[in-house]
Amino acid sequence: MRLRSGINNPQSSSSNSKSAKTSGKSAKSIAILGVALIAFSAVAVIQGATKVKLGLDLRGGTSVTLTPRASEGTKVTNEAISQAVEIIRQRVNSLGVAESEVAAQGSGTNRQIVISVPGETGEKIVQLVGQTAELRFRQVLVEGAPNTTSVSADTQTATLPNGITPELSARYAALDCTNKTNLQGGSTESPDIAVVACDRGGTGKFILAPAQVLGNMVSKATAAIDQQGAAGWYVSLDFNGEGTSKFGALTTSVTGLPAPQNQVAIVLDGLVVSAPRINEAINGGSAQITGSFGQEEASNLANVLKYGALPLAFDQGEVLQVSPTLGTDQLHAGLLAGLLGFILVFLYSFLYYKALGLVTVASLLVASAIAYLSFLLLGEWLGFTLTLAGIAGAIVAVGITADSFVVYFERLRDEVREGRSIRSAAETGWVKARHTIIVADMVSMIAAVLLYFFAVGGVRGFAFTLGLTTLIDLLVVFAFTHPLVSLISKTNFFASGHKLSGFSPKSLGMKIKTDVTENLKG
Amino acid sequence: MSTLSGIGGRLYRGETSIDFIGKRRRWYALSGLVIIISAIVLGTQGLHLGIEFKGGAEFSITKADATVEDGRAAIAKAGATGESVVQKVGNDRIRIQTGALDNFNSVKQSLAETFGVNIDDIDTQIIGPSWGKEITKKALYGLIGFIIVVMLFLTMTFEPKMAIAAIVATIHDVFITVGIYALVGFDVTPATVIGFLTILGYSLYDTVVVFDKVRENTKSITSTGKVTYSAAANLAVNQTLVRSFNTSLIALLPVASILFVGAGLLGAGTLKDLSLALFVGLATGTYSSIFIATPMLAQLREREPAMRALAKRVAQHAPGAVTAEAKGAASPELSDSGSGAKTSWARGPRNQPKRKRR
Repeated sequence: MRLRSGINNPQSSSSNSKSAKTSGKSAKSIAILGVALIAFSAVAVIQGATKVKLGLDLRGGTSVTLTPRASEGTKVTNEAISQAVEIIRQRVNSLGVAESEVAAQGSGTNRQIVISVPGETGEKIVQLVGQTAELRFRQVLVEGAPNTTSVSADTQTATLPNGITPELSARYAALDCTNKTNLQGGSTESPDIAVVACDRGGTGKFILAPAQVLGNMVSKATAAIDQQGAAGWYVSLDFNGEGTSKFGALTTSVTGLPAPQNQVAIVLDGLVVSAPRINEAINGGSAQITGSFGQEEASNLANVLKYGALPLAFDQGEVLQVSPTLGTDQLHAGLLAGLLGFILVFLYSFLYYKALGLVTVASLLVASAIAYLSFLLLGEWLGFTLTLAGIAGAIVAVGITADSFVVYFERLRDEVREGRSIRSAAETGWVKARHTIIVADMVSMIAAVLLYFFAVGGVRGFAFTLGLTTLIDLLVVFAFTHPLVSLISKTNFFASGHKLSGFSPKSLGMKIKTDVTENLKG
Repeated sequence: MSTLSGIGGRLYRGETSIDFIGKRRRWYALSGLVIIISAIVLGTQGLHLGIEFKGGAEFSITKADATVEDGRAAIAKAGATGESVVQKVGNDRIRIQTGALDNFNSVKQSLAETFGVNIDDIDTQIIGPSWGKEITKKALYGLIGFIIVVMLFLTMTFEPKMAIAAIVATIHDVFITVGIYALVGFDVTPATVIGFLTILGYSLYDTVVVFDKVRENTKSITSTGKVTYSAAANLAVNQTLVRSFNTSLIALLPVASILFVGAGLLGAGTLKDLSLALFVGLATGTYSSIFIATPMLAQLREREPAMRALAKRVAQHAPGAVTAEAKGAASPELSDSGSGAKTSWARGPRNQPKRKRR
């Protein structure tokens, strides 16, 4: 590409120095973009993000979307949702499938929980995540190491503590809480019978008496700090009328018993969250749980109790199970559609805009490189996964991005039709096109953001890529396309309106050729 | 291609002019008719809703030589209750959709046995009964939110009347697209709904391009007093016609390739549903920016006392010359070198006085 030398043109030295300045600026802008691209690629390589993370619909797996069921007295709060996510995550992690994900989506009344498990896990997940988690208070009968095989350390005496049947004892012995699969939880057991249970973290196991106090009898739970600093963080717990009398009776009956039977286990979703010792009968309906809590532990426990008071029930919104074969097919189809879309846009812009169309091609390639890099890095940083809908969003964005170029090019041609030289049209046309492009892209952006917040499940992927690529479009038009056009507008090929440049009087539909050439001579 | 460019040049200078605004009643009537037909079809036979809106189950079995009849027999044998739809999808896939199943696992098991495939290779989708309501509700919220935000945005960047005209055109697009879905009987799935919502953005993109030009052309018309708002707006539409055509076509190309691949290779699913909605919507969106949005805007603005006064002044200065109605018939004969009020404005924004170049 040969730049038109300014020295040959003494008459317009001021405009030439100006144009030298703009061409310097243009080259700089493209260079900065190039350096940034290389730098971010390096970051991606260093961070090991060399592959775009694919969604389940592209690599196979099961995804379940749960919607909280609105019932009387239940408020779907952020805390309740995150507690439910916690519980479901505990259940899903017990399956030991790598890269399983449990996440809350949406806000306000739009909250959902989306569970995605890659690979062929089948119906197991579906059953696993659907149940409502319940909170119960149970007296501890036996507490032991997570993998102990007998009820008491002294196996010789063989006398079982009160309330423990040989059957319970056998189940206790058989339960290995160091095995992840036993930390699944689930609230299927009836509150009226004694149970064996693991500690939530798998660090202990218990035989627990029938539940006398249920989660819905809790009226309030908060984490607080003892200002004197003696007790540190603690959780204060209030019961309703029924809870007050039942908890009173429970605590009265256990105080004075030998450990561990003087402990009351707080059981959420079939797993023991905490098993505090009861120091005295608590009849006032208000208790404090103290211990060596940090702030986080205390508020976690408070959240468990709060959640237990009003457990969330979920409706199974959508269950999608995709085999790896279909996943691969969908990925290939998506990529093929993308390639096809690109080729068509390339062809059209080349046919219509001739050499100027090459600018479109170059800009779209730069935009795709940036988009690809964003997918890599966002996958690494934010856990972004590319779904089929996301690919569709990206392909649709090819059109929107190319539209910005069309808006600019048509403006450019309008300016030339008005008798400007191509060199000055590159600037005046840009100033006018810029406004249109910004406003139009803002509208696309508004649509993408709203879609993202109101969309359900996989469709968010579509909105996300659409929004992301709209931003990339703005970046590319400002930092690449416009500088490139202003650079090439100074080459003889374009400035003279070569018939393949896309600026020939004929392709502009101009009648008076002299108009243009005069300007170019000057 | 160069023919199109040539037309572009003539449109730009106002030598060739299509009278969009003057003949607006024709376009309103056309759109009104389509909307009325749509409403009737919508009322009588409604939309063809996918299982996502009714609740149910879907099984996809990959087996090269399986036929639809095999699928029907298999689903009957599997003991699925209620109505089911069996489709051949792509070359080697059978898709079976059923109503809500109590015995989902046993049906799946039975299908695996009948077709002799591994049970984990059957792709399934189960949709809860309230899912559709959920999606519809959210789509509605999205729609309302979008209209409010875009109204505010356009009012700030352009003017309130442009916002109104743009939104009317957008709602028009949604109506027509939904109507076409009802008429043709395309399946409506959540992906379709998302397509509908995306159309809103698309349709406005086009309108924004046209309105930006209208704004430029009409900035100083009251001080020059040579053209009416309608005539200036009509020129803007003509000047941006090639641009609208190009942007729409370029936006349609990728969508068409998704549709082609989605419908041709994958048969059915997200890609097809999404791109079909976009395809239909995009076409209507282009139509409405030109034929509905701008005439509507001109109509709204012409009611303003200042614009009425302007129209009167224009009529006095050059009797019979520059009303939108007369213009379309008269201008093709005019050459570039012609003189008089008409040509000077028709030469475009360059000749408008007091326009500050940014």
